[in-house]
Amino acid sequence: MQNCAIELKNIRKTFGPVVANDGINLQINRGEILCLLGENGSGKTTLMNMLSGIYQPDSGSIYANGEEVFIRSPHDAYKYGIGMIHQHYHLVDVFTAAQNIILGLDEKMDIAAVNDKVKDICDRYGFQVDPRKKVYDMSVSQKQTVEIVKVLYRGAEILILDEPTAVLTPQETDKLFAVLRNMRADGKAIVLITHKLAEVLSVSDKVAILRKGKYIATVNTKETSQQELTDMMVGHSVTLNIDRPKYDKPADKLIIEGLTVTDREGIKRLDNVSFTAKTGEILGVAGIAGSGQRELLESITGLYPITSGSIKFVNDKSENIELVGKTPMQIRQVGVGMGFVPEDRLGMGLVGSMGMTNNMMLRSWRKGKGVFFNKKEPENLANKVWKDLEVVTPSTEFPVRRMSGGNIQKVLVGREIASRPPVLLTAYAVRGLDINTSYAIYNLLTEQKMNGSAVMYVGEELDVLLELCDRILVLCAGQVSGIVDARKTTKEEIGLLMTTVGGSKEAN
Amino acid sequence: MTNLFALIAAAGTYATALMFGTLGETLTEKSGNMNLGVEGIMYMGGIFGLIAANRYEALVGEAASNGFLAILIAIIGAFAAGAVAGLLFSFITVTLRANQNVTGLAMTTFGTGVAKFAGEHMRNALGGYVSVSNHLKASFSLKIMPSFLQKIPFVGKILFGQPHFFYLGILVAVLMHLFFTKTKKGLYLRAVGESPVTADAAGINITKYRYLATIIGGGISAIGGMVYTMTTAGCVWIEASLGGVGWLSVALVIFCTWKPLNAIWGSMLFGSLMIMYLWIILPFFPTELYKILPYVVTIVVLIIASMRNNKEKQPPANLGLNYFREER
Amino acid sequence: MAETTKKTPFVRLAKRELMSPSKAWGIRALSILVALILGSLPIMLVGVNPVSAYGVIIQGSLGKSVYLQQTVKIAVPLLGCALAIAPCFKMRFWNIGAEGQLTAGAIGASAIAFYFGKTLPSAVSLPLMIIIAALFGGIWGLIPGFFKAKYNTNETLFTLMMNYIAIGIAAWLQGGPWEGRPGTQIVDTFDKKTFLPKVFGVHAGWIIVLIIVVFMHIYMTKTKHGYEVAVIGDSENTARYAGMNVGKIMMRTMFLSGAIAGIVGFIVVAGANHTLTKGVAAGVGFTAITVSWLSHLNSYVMIAISALLAVISKGSSTLNQRLGVPASVAEIVSGILLFCMLSCEFFINYKLIFRGKESKEVSK
Repeated sequence: MQNCAIELKNIRKTFGPVVANDGINLQINRGEILCLLGENGSGKTTLMNMLSGIYQPDSGSIYANGEEVFIRSPHDAYKYGIGMIHQHYHLVDVFTAAQNIILGLDEKMDIAAVNDKVKDICDRYGFQVDPRKKVYDMSVSQKQTVEIVKVLYRGAEILILDEPTAVLTPQETDKLFAVLRNMRADGKAIVLITHKLAEVLSVSDKVAILRKGKYIATVNTKETSQQELTDMMVGHSVTLNIDRPKYDKPADKLIIEGLTVTDREGIKRLDNVSFTAKTGEILGVAGIAGSGQRELLESITGLYPITSGSIKFVNDKSENIELVGKTPMQIRQVGVGMGFVPEDRLGMGLVGSMGMTNNMMLRSWRKGKGVFFNKKEPENLANKVWKDLEVVTPSTEFPVRRMSGGNIQKVLVGREIASRPPVLLTAYAVRGLDINTSYAIYNLLTEQKMNGSAVMYVGEELDVLLELCDRILVLCAGQVSGIVDARKTTKEEIGLLMTTVGGSKEAN
Repeated sequence: MTNLFALIAAAGTYATALMFGTLGETLTEKSGNMNLGVEGIMYMGGIFGLIAANRYEALVGEAASNGFLAILIAIIGAFAAGAVAGLLFSFITVTLRANQNVTGLAMTTFGTGVAKFAGEHMRNALGGYVSVSNHLKASFSLKIMPSFLQKIPFVGKILFGQPHFFYLGILVAVLMHLFFTKTKKGLYLRAVGESPVTADAAGINITKYRYLATIIGGGISAIGGMVYTMTTAGCVWIEASLGGVGWLSVALVIFCTWKPLNAIWGSMLFGSLMIMYLWIILPFFPTELYKILPYVVTIVVLIIASMRNNKEKQPPANLGLNYFREER
Repeated sequence: MAETTKKTPFVRLAKRELMSPSKAWGIRALSILVALILGSLPIMLVGVNPVSAYGVIIQGSLGKSVYLQQTVKIAVPLLGCALAIAPCFKMRFWNIGAEGQLTAGAIGASAIAFYFGKTLPSAVSLPLMIIIAALFGGIWGLIPGFFKAKYNTNETLFTLMMNYIAIGIAAWLQGGPWEGRPGTQIVDTFDKKTFLPKVFGVHAGWIIVLIIVVFMHIYMTKTKHGYEVAVIGDSENTARYAGMNVGKIMMRTMFLSGAIAGIVGFIVVAGANHTLTKGVAAGVGFTAITVSWLSHLNSYVMIAISALLAVISKGSSTLNQRLGVPASVAEIVSGILLFCMLSCEFFINYKLIFRGKESKEVSK
């Protein structure tokens, strides 16, 4: 038992009617890297938030060094040597690295001493941090480093990292893993939350698997395989097996040339992007988070100011219509039908405080006589989506904010495909959804494609992109690094393109 | 030109009230709480500061009354009133999570109501004006700097010809500046206002910091109301004359980009604008229109402030938003 | 498990399931009662029995038809301004400038009455006064709306400063160009032709305001405009996504809001004061914010809340005359009322879970 730092027994946590964790048992050992593996929404983060004092379990016990403990706040967590690096960094933008690091500490504020100690930690594990730099001037990976140093500075013996590689390039990921191995050698206990199997196999000693909030098993990494882990994670053995029919007469629908956009700070978000989206195909968009995916979709829909370039829509009469310079409403008025499922569902695609009916109206409120809106049509649509997509809600007036993530997404996708738009843009359409809902969404998108829509699918899981899409456009730092045939390419090839600015390959 | 210097020198008294109002609200807003009830709080500070001094004098008798003690008691009376208001605001917004804007406006209604009520009640109870003796009045407006300094051409009166409250205000501003930039607690407080999630994760007690900053901030703002009553208004309670001072203080916080040191010259500037119609007379320009000048300037300042985009000159990132740990 | 109950926090918070509207309004009604009980503290402080004080308030506001008429006269501008503010608040635009927009409208109406009141017949002058008042009030609202839309300028302080400017202009007109006998600082009473006719003993302003109640209800719940406002209030990004021109809608809504406040200004000038003073708004614009928020922007509930505040206000002046309680007690009670109703939302949205009673919810 000496080796065991933390033990969880029979942990349960609910949020209203949703059971996030149930019957969880877990052992975290010193000198070991434990991967917490599970799909999106399987309760990994919730579980670790209970260790770091953000949530309290409804029932069950937590033991630190063999003694039962109650972690009521993050401060408590530090007392037991637990430090968590969250997916969304907990840093104050206008503070320097050093100021962020000493936040909440009992010691005297002596910035010079802090700088020295930070340097010590960096040398010991192989980091690089400038303690005087302001956070708003830092890159994502620099911010992550500050987070890790912050936790180590407080003498954490147990480090929990929530999906640390999601925003990193492969090089940065390698660097991070090297640091983690140094820490393991130093006797620290490390928990890595992830859903990426490759990482699990390369860095961990043990893997604990969660599925739908339930604890499945803990296995030694050396004694397991990718297949076994997948089976435990999803419950039944699947190679994704997404149905991918071929459409016989694809035609150009959206022709994009030299698209360049800059954000408010003047940084180029898209740089000379050119490609064509065709009818009857799903064009996948791959890239590390923040490579310009959001900007691309928002530019096409008229929501993002465009610096230069052109976006042409080919209508049924084979006329090219220029979309650059038009507002979303003007795009609609010239007869361009576009469906858009944005990444931020409640912040952009839906009105959280309204029910399904009023949300359906978001696309049709301009219809209706004179100054009044027409509620009949959206009401019918709401009932249809409710029934067809099996949305779980008490009524069509129930605020969508209070629905579960999967149901919210069904409402959004249901509305966007209702008008059978010739162009359908989706961003992370299955993020946070369970397997069944994800497949339902894949089928809906494929159905649209076979109806002759040009579908764009921005995704994060390469396996899905490879099996769902016809072609895949890879973005890196706002540039197109390649467009590949999804039926012929490999995960490795896409992985490489994702990290190569400009790329070298045109497989169009 | 002489008129201009005389104007600025004269503005010091009025500016002091604004300075306290602004400094108090700056402290509150640094914690992420936006208390729009400063108007009500300064009203309360105005009347309770006066009542405290008046009661003290009634207790010990005019002859035995001590100017220094009277000032101290007035400060305590005003501070206590503002602190209670800050506590109430914190309870409703931090603990009960009500909308900060509306709670602040309610505080304005409530605070002015309480102040007017207390004023009327005291007037009825005493059968006349609530005031203090002339000898105490003089101590409240005492100019403490040596007179040879005041004789320095042009700037002497501006820098050294002010009543003691003015220098107290500068002291508070400097201390607050040092608190924000040099101390650990100040750093934590700023973290709470910028990113409560971060502060919470670091083990900083959000509730405690927001309560304390809002309570102390309310107290400091209330001192501004007391300073106004005891200096500009001549130690007499005139309900209407305090109107707008609190709101101007809220505007000044933005004007000073949440920096206490800026509050010193910012309040001097606005103090000058408020009384400019008395000093720089434009014969062709009606007084009543002249009087709206500070409000017009405030609007211009607001517009300019909203047009610039500087990371270091922004409001605390979480200003006006409540924090609930499980709801992030 | 026994150990767990000992060491878990004594009380925890949890978000409540959606509460039924009737139960929610029940809690709100209860909070009004609590507020009235707390409001009796200052009354007791001046040595008056609160029960008899509240009796006097009710008697003095509703006891005789003359009192009732005066109470209605207080409620009318309050209700009007609350209605004016409602769409702004729905849009999460903190318009606290109804005071100034009302004053601007009053100036507009007075301008017509002052220059043309004697010559034009009522049938022409009254409608003209309404239109000009709405226009003046609307423009006064549009200015901060424009800067909010264009530069995201803080609207709370902007609208507030606009109040002082409007009041300053009214003060200038009153003591300057429109002054009656020199030195009086008073504008002469306008011609009788510009007076609003009386219906049931109160000027017809109450009919106009009731029309606005119905209008605003329909506007907010049935029209495209109302829908746009609601979407923007929830998320500006969603509004843009749906193809709405957020800036335009913001300016339009602020114009409408200002215009309604301006019409209230007309009602006060033509119905009650028959002259222009700088105090024409008399704090109504601020109190209306209270009314609007407490009613959850529901037009019909606003009638009840503004009536309640009007009763307290009118009753308090009677209370002052009869029992010597300072009339400002009305503001204190209003403030407490607002605090209580703001606080009670907490019990509607959250439940407290006490240690050891995991499943049992405690609501009050």
